[in-house]
Amino acid sequence: MIQTLAFYLFAVMVTASAVMVITARNPVHSVLWLILAFFNGAGLMVLVGAEFIAALLVIVYVGAVAVLFLFVVMMLDIDFSEMRAGFVKNFPLGIAIALVLLVELLVGIGAYKIGALELGTASGAAAPIADRANIESIGAVLYRDYLFLFEAAGIILLVAMVGAIVLTHRQRPDGARGQQDIAKQVRRRPEDATVMKQPEVGQGVEL
Amino acid sequence: MIGIEHYVFVSAILFVLGVLGIFLNRKNIIVILMAIELILLSVNINLVAFSAFLGDLVGQVFAMFVLTVAAGEAAVGLAILVIYFRGRGTIAVDDVDRLKG
Repeated sequence: MIQTLAFYLFAVMVTASAVMVITARNPVHSVLWLILAFFNGAGLMVLVGAEFIAALLVIVYVGAVAVLFLFVVMMLDIDFSEMRAGFVKNFPLGIAIALVLLVELLVGIGAYKIGALELGTASGAAAPIADRANIESIGAVLYRDYLFLFEAAGIILLVAMVGAIVLTHRQRPDGARGQQDIAKQVRRRPEDATVMKQPEVGQGVEL
Repeated sequence: MIGIEHYVFVSAILFVLGVLGIFLNRKNIIVILMAIELILLSVNINLVAFSAFLGDLVGQVFAMFVLTVAAGEAAVGLAILVIYFRGRGTIAVDDVDRLKG
């Protein structure tokens, strides 16, 4: 009973916040609704016992991606009312395509429910280990069968990080404030930069 | 009783809402990126639900990889957005014709 209730709560909330993400006037509100959508999606995953992916979703999306979105939305000075000019014009086409997509997906689900499709069954190799937590089972599968893919995921993240930095890094003109001179930083020694003073109690330091 | 169909249904609705979002906000590339994140969330829910109901953990491992790629995509997409805004002072998708494609 409580599972059913929780499922419908999360399902309704995730759908409603998705609607708000795509219709909110202000992109900042969109980001906040997106965070709510991800929280409820994580709730749906916890319900079926996938607590590791749920935690990952909250950490990665709410902690990193949503904050990145917020940062960019607030950093760019954009007139968002002008951005919404095509909203009404695109509405019929968008609804039509969305309806076609929804009908197709529902036909797919219906065909699955009738049960005429021959689906393969899961191999036992990746079955969850009984009496172990979800995260331990995932770790066993991940590091046994998918080690190289795991390393490749790390390389993807590294490339994305380097790419984002290279794209947005701006070389300032010489002499501008904030210019970093690496040679000067390396040359600097403690004795050039610091002095030892031993002031009397109650007296300040004159620099 | 909640079955796999319920999860597939929620995920289908979420996917459609993401696609609809791309069409409705054709000018605002930030909301388009958010709609893509919604689509990826629906894919993840699908993967995790099937993984749980079939008793096969590969779905959850795969959802993790989807998450990785989604994070990289968001970072690079927003970086491109920032340099585009720096150069042009606008992010209207209609005006993106620098490549003359």
